[in-house]
Amino acid sequence: MLTMPALDQAVLSRREGIVADLRAIVPGEGVIDALEERRAFESDGLSIYRAIPMVVVLPSTVDQVARVLKYCKQGNIRVVPRGAGTGLSGGALPLEDGVLLGMAKFNKVLDIDYANRCARVQPGVTNLGITQAVQHAGFYYAPDPSSQIACTIGGNVAENSGGVHCLKYGLTTNNVLGVEMVTMAGEIVRLGGKHLDAGGYDLLGVVVGSEGLLGVVTEVTVRLLRKPETARAVLVGFPTLEDGGNCVAQIIAEGIIPGGIEMMDKPAIHAAEAFVHAGYPLDVESLLIVELDGPRAEVDELIASVDRIARENNAVSSRISEGDDERMRFWAGRKAAFPAVGRISPDYMCMDGTIPRKKLAEVLRGISDIAKRHGVGVANVFHAGDGNLHPLILFDANKEGELIAAEKCGADILRLCVDVGGVLTGEHGVGIEKRDLMPAMFDEDDLATQMRLKCAFDPDALLNPGKVFPQLHRCAEMGKMRVHKGQVPFPDLPRF
Amino acid sequence: MDLKPRDAKDLCDAVAWAAAEGEALDIVAGGSKAALGRPERPGRKLDVSALRGDIEYEPEELVLTCGAATPMREILLLLEQRAQILAFEPPDFGALYGLAPEGGTIGGALGANLAGPRRIKMGAARDHFLGFSGVSGRGEEFKAGGRVVKNVTGYDLPKLVAGSMGTLAIVDRVTVKVMPAAAKTRSVLVFGLEPAKAVAAMADALNSPWEVSGAAYLPEAVARRSAVDHVSGAGASVTAIRVEGTAVSVAARCEALRTSLGTFGAVEELHSMRSVKLWREIRDVAPLLPDTSAALWRVSVAPTHGPAVAAAVPGADWFLDWGGGLVWLATPEAGDASAGPIRASFGEGHATLMRASAGLRARVPVFEPPAPGVAALNRGVKAQFDPRGILNPGRMFEGI
Repeated sequence: MLTMPALDQAVLSRREGIVADLRAIVPGEGVIDALEERRAFESDGLSIYRAIPMVVVLPSTVDQVARVLKYCKQGNIRVVPRGAGTGLSGGALPLEDGVLLGMAKFNKVLDIDYANRCARVQPGVTNLGITQAVQHAGFYYAPDPSSQIACTIGGNVAENSGGVHCLKYGLTTNNVLGVEMVTMAGEIVRLGGKHLDAGGYDLLGVVVGSEGLLGVVTEVTVRLLRKPETARAVLVGFPTLEDGGNCVAQIIAEGIIPGGIEMMDKPAIHAAEAFVHAGYPLDVESLLIVELDGPRAEVDELIASVDRIARENNAVSSRISEGDDERMRFWAGRKAAFPAVGRISPDYMCMDGTIPRKKLAEVLRGISDIAKRHGVGVANVFHAGDGNLHPLILFDANKEGELIAAEKCGADILRLCVDVGGVLTGEHGVGIEKRDLMPAMFDEDDLATQMRLKCAFDPDALLNPGKVFPQLHRCAEMGKMRVHKGQVPFPDLPRF
Repeated sequence: MDLKPRDAKDLCDAVAWAAAEGEALDIVAGGSKAALGRPERPGRKLDVSALRGDIEYEPEELVLTCGAATPMREILLLLEQRAQILAFEPPDFGALYGLAPEGGTIGGALGANLAGPRRIKMGAARDHFLGFSGVSGRGEEFKAGGRVVKNVTGYDLPKLVAGSMGTLAIVDRVTVKVMPAAAKTRSVLVFGLEPAKAVAAMADALNSPWEVSGAAYLPEAVARRSAVDHVSGAGASVTAIRVEGTAVSVAARCEALRTSLGTFGAVEELHSMRSVKLWREIRDVAPLLPDTSAALWRVSVAPTHGPAVAAAVPGADWFLDWGGGLVWLATPEAGDASAGPIRASFGEGHATLMRASAGLRARVPVFEPPAPGVAALNRGVKAQFDPRGILNPGRMFEGI
């Protein structure tokens, strides 16, 4: 089971004083002390893990954030930042001896600058909220995680969130131009801005996706894109998983980068169809939705190419959307895949590995074997363009041992992803969920190097400890050099 | 005595030894960017040009893994055979530095995080750098990132290493994302616009649904030096808008752009080879190179701010790329080569002194001096990756 850092009794014993001090920084309702109210923050989207935070603080100004962090650093108090709490890897799981720093009050769009194609927003603005603020002018914000109605841009920055359009439009990291961030020491720094690239060390590049371990983001500058002229989708059914995989490979080999390519396996197709009646074929082993977006002339030309490629790869059914209604219907099943699976199984757990696409059929067979071995069911949805696989493990938490079986199944699936040349997480983050699997992908030196980056930002490990890294090491200990003077220098190395 | 590791193991030994001795290393592969950065080159030369290894290229997976010292020329040729590209359009600064063309390595391109005109649509080198293995200044071998295009496992260290000019780690093997090459390229030219009007025209094009992949502005004096006759013979400033894609798509988008840009000024189209040639000139800064004595600045700002940066040095030669967001300026070397007025002309952004005499590069910060809070973080990061300060010390910032 999951071990979190040992509780700091010294901090817990000072709890009342700490609450009073925090109230002096964030007045009124910004400090939540009552147990029942704190319980509302006990987990994020990974709800099997829960902990009630020592105290919840909801600042509304950058100055308050800076003062809270500075106070916590001085008092050696741990801090867990939180956006909307929709994360799926437990990155915002509270610590019982820590401050939960909720950024929900930072909910304003500060500046929309069409001439420079960017917007400056506070971190508590939702992902979809950005698009809603600019869509009247024909613009949008590209990354679209499926939680986009609720998840915040601050959380997206922390997790480097993706979505279904990543292959063509990139992840959060490719769409964020700058942040204002407060370090654990309470220093306010600005990284990036309305311009491109860093001009020095790309600290913005490592802050995005750092899962709340390097700083607390208080403002985000995002890139805005003009909405494509049109979008069309083709819905294709294949008799085997291999045919579906080969079709995707050929689309890309022919130089087509669709806006989105989604694949579902048979259990996912059936669950989705039963739930939303999207008109999916039920007699196929894999289903592809390929969406082309862009200028109309190009989309019309390329959708015909995709249709041809699908037929060359043994498609048994292929339908091109005529109009947005039909396109949205194709997507309805895929977008409802998670709740659809929720209907056929009391509980499910969503995994998030990325694999080289050519390994898809092999990995799906492997997943099926793993699931059988652990006595749980599995359905698969797949961002096929970029190889990001979401196996949904089906189980019943009320049945003795099934939760543990599901967790073990998930771990084995992710190890398989790494074994075939992939990675543990494509877009959900490591958090606590995959923390203990990190050694499957990274050796000790790899992890030490990453942890040392953390030391440069937060040497006392007060910001979101217990997440991402399987073991906490003291920075002083990791700072030691392994090499010693007088070591024999490379006897056979050529010199000239 | 210089050091020339044959493989990753040698590299690790060499760095471990240098770390133990406190001996600085001047890291060189292709040498194509030797004159980029502060002139300080203490210690011993570490020639990493042998770090080649196999190229693992998987066109269908859109990834390529190779030794960091693999010549860029070799990679581009290989990609061309499968109609793919490095979408960040790496510039070739051979001519800029007075060297032979195409002398760089993939490791050097990533280490400097440079990108060409397509940056505005497809990102910089950092956005295509998926993973690497290398050696930190501690002499420890480590890897980061992965070999797939979508990955959030652990910190995104490839981003940190991109643009760090070899001051944090020596990379021996890299994985990059590759993309399909467009079948066709065309440009729409608008003649005779003033700078601010040109930026407005470029914004109009970039804000359209026509997926513009290049937007540059050449003042008349600079346009005259182009080898593309439609540009040099225009007798006016040239605003160039590029589109790439299938033949049908490119034709339709050019048509639409001609109509919308026609409201700004007289328009003309450049097809195929002429378009390719023009964007190569812009990418490689060719129109500013004839005056070899001038200092060359590369300034990244918000696009609407480009003309104000250009106006900061009256009489200087300049042009705009990235819709106005990238200003290339050639200034006389005298004094600080206008570092003061250039850096005072913007609030957010950065100016890099890309080419200058060693003396000037010693006097003037080559990279944009960071704000104090960021500088402190930079020092902290350097101290963690390279505690003895042996990797290209002083190349980017004094003391780093």
